[in-house]
Amino acid sequence: MLSYIFQRVLWAIPTLILISILTFIIIQLPPGDYLTAYVAQLSETGETVDEATIEILRERFGLNKPLYEQYWTWISDIIFRGDFGQSLDWNVPVADLIWQRVGLTILISFLSMIFTWLIAIPIGVYSATHQYTVFDYIFTILGFVGRGIPNFLLALVLMWLAFAYLGINVGGLFSPEYTNAPWSFRKFLDLLAHLWVPVIVLGTGGAAGLIRIVRANMLDEIYKPYVETARAQGTAERRVIWKYPVRVALNPFISTVGWALPSLISGSIITAVVLNLPTTGPLLLRALLNQDMFLAGSFILILSVFTLVGTLISDLLLVWVDPRIRFS
Amino acid sequence: MSDTHNQQAINEPLLEVNNLKTYFSVREGTVRSVDGVSFSIAKGQTTAVVGESGCGKSITARSIMQLVPKPGKIVDGSVLFHRYHDSKPTEVLNLSKAPSDGELMREVRGNDIAMIFQEPMTSFSPVHSISNQMYETLRNHRRVSKREALELSIDVLKRVNMPKPEQIALSYPHQLSGGMRQRAMIAMALSCEPSLLIADEPTTALDVTTEAQILDLLRDLRDRLGMAMMFITHNLGVVAEIAEFVQVMYLGKVVESAPVRDIFYNAKHPYTKSLLLSVPKLNERVDRLATIEGSVPDPFSIPTGCPFHTRCPEAIPGVCDVEIPETFEIDAQHTVTCHLYEGETRA
Amino acid sequence: MATKPLPIKEKEKESQLYQASQWQLIWWRFRKHRVAAVSGVIIIFLYVIAAFVEVIAPYDPSAFSPLYAYVPPQQVRVIDSEGNFRAPFVYGLARSRDPETARITYEPDTSNIMPLKFLVRGDEYKFWGLFKGDWHLFGIDAGPRDRVFIWGADRLGRDLFSRLVYATRVSLSIGLLGVIFSFVFGIIIGGISGYYGGWIDNVIQRLIDFIRSIPTIPLWMGLAAALPVEWPPTRVYFLITLILSIIGWTGLARVVRGRFLALREEDFVTAARFVGAGEGRIIFRHMLPSFSSHIIAALTLAIPDMILAETSLSFLGLGLRSPVNSWGVLLQEAQNLSSVALAPWLLIPGVAVVVTILAFNFLGDGLRDAADPYGD
Repeated sequence: MLSYIFQRVLWAIPTLILISILTFIIIQLPPGDYLTAYVAQLSETGETVDEATIEILRERFGLNKPLYEQYWTWISDIIFRGDFGQSLDWNVPVADLIWQRVGLTILISFLSMIFTWLIAIPIGVYSATHQYTVFDYIFTILGFVGRGIPNFLLALVLMWLAFAYLGINVGGLFSPEYTNAPWSFRKFLDLLAHLWVPVIVLGTGGAAGLIRIVRANMLDEIYKPYVETARAQGTAERRVIWKYPVRVALNPFISTVGWALPSLISGSIITAVVLNLPTTGPLLLRALLNQDMFLAGSFILILSVFTLVGTLISDLLLVWVDPRIRFS
Repeated sequence: MSDTHNQQAINEPLLEVNNLKTYFSVREGTVRSVDGVSFSIAKGQTTAVVGESGCGKSITARSIMQLVPKPGKIVDGSVLFHRYHDSKPTEVLNLSKAPSDGELMREVRGNDIAMIFQEPMTSFSPVHSISNQMYETLRNHRRVSKREALELSIDVLKRVNMPKPEQIALSYPHQLSGGMRQRAMIAMALSCEPSLLIADEPTTALDVTTEAQILDLLRDLRDRLGMAMMFITHNLGVVAEIAEFVQVMYLGKVVESAPVRDIFYNAKHPYTKSLLLSVPKLNERVDRLATIEGSVPDPFSIPTGCPFHTRCPEAIPGVCDVEIPETFEIDAQHTVTCHLYEGETRA
Repeated sequence: MATKPLPIKEKEKESQLYQASQWQLIWWRFRKHRVAAVSGVIIIFLYVIAAFVEVIAPYDPSAFSPLYAYVPPQQVRVIDSEGNFRAPFVYGLARSRDPETARITYEPDTSNIMPLKFLVRGDEYKFWGLFKGDWHLFGIDAGPRDRVFIWGADRLGRDLFSRLVYATRVSLSIGLLGVIFSFVFGIIIGGISGYYGGWIDNVIQRLIDFIRSIPTIPLWMGLAAALPVEWPPTRVYFLITLILSIIGWTGLARVVRGRFLALREEDFVTAARFVGAGEGRIIFRHMLPSFSSHIIAALTLAIPDMILAETSLSFLGLGLRSPVNSWGVLLQEAQNLSSVALAPWLLIPGVAVVVTILAFNFLGDGLRDAADPYGD
């Protein structure tokens, strides 16, 4: 097992490098560069810059150097100095803009995942142990429907219903008075009060699929002999189900935890746009639409790194949790 | 000896099964897996239940423990269990009438009656250690802490002659061999010292050498602990090794019931006789192995009259295919359910 | 013997079962799965609509008129205000301005009865960009200023129903096209990976893991944003599809690889080699038929993902843009709360998305169950 862990961690490093290269390529894709966009912006406001100045600036920013040198400058700035470059749009260092938002994105994704488990696992287990009852059918149908509705659509519909019938606006993560205030306990409470909407939207989307997986895994396990053994020992039914087949049924799913991260983070991005949350989504979108490539690239890089770490953790978790693999 | 045994059965009955019927209602019809089974087991007595696959022996065992899987249900009959304390009878429990997930059954399972199963690999949870699963039995019936339970488990593992019991207790099922797993299962069943052990084909999945070892172990434990055993098998060789009494079952009914010697040397029912004939013997030369003609009927179209008549070499046309045979006594402990013995006393 | 013999009918069915070919078996099992069959019908229906878009839509989707901004859906009635039965018709619209909110409101004008006619001549179009025509499935036979908005109008007074119908063609075709691209990628790479195994397999698997570990939406967003705004819509259409399938092929590749890996060890492959069959023949004649049904099921399940991806991208404004219509582009109009509150019917394209995704999911599930040789 130790060798597997070692291997896995080792593979993560070149993957990270590849991701950074890919991100850099994406940043460079739009024709022109930082300067051309900057000059275009200036000319819109009526200012002009002459050719000579442009050349000097180009020299200063190192934009006339070959691509691989630019890549090296960019990536070493990030790794060694935490400098993610300058946001063209906002005219502040990228680092100032992204960390809070990335943090919130991760928080929301993480909470959604927990919420998904909290509803999906009990429902899945119940569905499996009470197969073919009314309850099972209802949740099977809900599960199917949930699979079909995209997250952002659900967010949109929920927002509309809340507004049309309850008169409240559930968008945003903070009430107006806390939006730019420094962090405090009250701000945290305010955050929680608004957090439930995106968490529910993201959580229910994932729950639908998870319920079916849990149900299917459970159905595979509950008819196996070891469950009968537990009953023959005089154990109460609830404990029989939850201590044994649930534990086995959840095993394959633990490894998928990490792999749910990419889709969770993605989903949260679009939902954030709809709900107007101060997380990655809206900012990334705006950055892409305005070709503010340092900001966009940094976002993509950081999100990818976090996803990679997440999947690594979940792969390691699986190995640790399943004794059949651990002791082989 | 038969008289004292009989006396024992009357004076110290442990388990009394009376006209037990367990039916399964499925879409295609009703399967009468256990169709009027009666027998009793005395304290300390070993009874083997023999028959082909599908004859209902496993379901009988599960009916006793109220572990019948859905859509099966006990529809008639009774299962009475006698409790003793210091050899004196204390109470009689009616197991068939108790709710299957009720307190009474949970009390009885693992404590008064324990069960071991055929496939030791799949009968253990793959993700829990041996001691963790043994802890379950102890936790249900005794007040012990986890540490005490671990020590007790190691103790019981020693009693079943498990090598390196401390190590085994902390291992996982896939790290043990087949024989060791079965020993562990037996240890788990014995941890609360039940008065009856139901063994559902415990050696069928083992190789012959391991099988012999396990049978030795079971005999030894039975003698030392005075434990009764209900041993389910389709292997007549095993029956000869371990049983004192035998119940022969066919399609949900007991067709013959007798002490083990009588079954082997004085079998009365044509089915029992056919079974014995079909066992190949080392010292005989044969060109073809003897078989029982025909095959076990489809459970949805059980023959009328005696269920065995379609394959019976001694069937009486006009009688066996029309009337259900009654049970007759050959002697005090030997009964047979067959039209051929019409002249004997009814049981 | 007293046992009842099996009735003759069942005996025949049994022998039919033994003689049926693989595809026949799959078809029978599939038919039993009613939900999947219904979904199949729905999907065929949708693709038929997509094929005849120009005829089914009553109006040109870009035809706008400020006069009809945010007209709510007009009800098709058969009973008029006096209680008489008539052929299906709609009431004309009376515009008025709400004194408080200064917004335009529309009331049905019971004096203006506009009967619904079928097979009318209306706006001219080019069927699939090739043939000129002007027949429409339905419309109102009234003055050029009168229009019927079955599902309402948007901000610019464009008929939502027509736009939705046109969008169906785009969204459904992207789904299909994207999956075809993914399929080509996936089957080639997955096949190589699974068939040859060894270090090729390792490298390819690492690659796939790498791609899967990147959050897709930011990646798509990034790639899509890189497409210059000036490019013609058709080029954008193809590039978007390509971008979507570059990420999407990994799922299919995995399925193909898994199947190849499993089948490689099968005895029948070894037998084929022994009789001297070449590698190509082994792959195409012997291995492929074993899992072609699985592939079809996987493909069907991949289509909704593709449709959803395009819808999401366009919704954000990064995918297709006007004048190209897709469900995502339509939903962009409903992006903010105030528009939705004002005109909830703008969410109807969302219903189309959900129905389509559900139908494909059910269909794919049904196909997968039917293809499973260990199933019923």
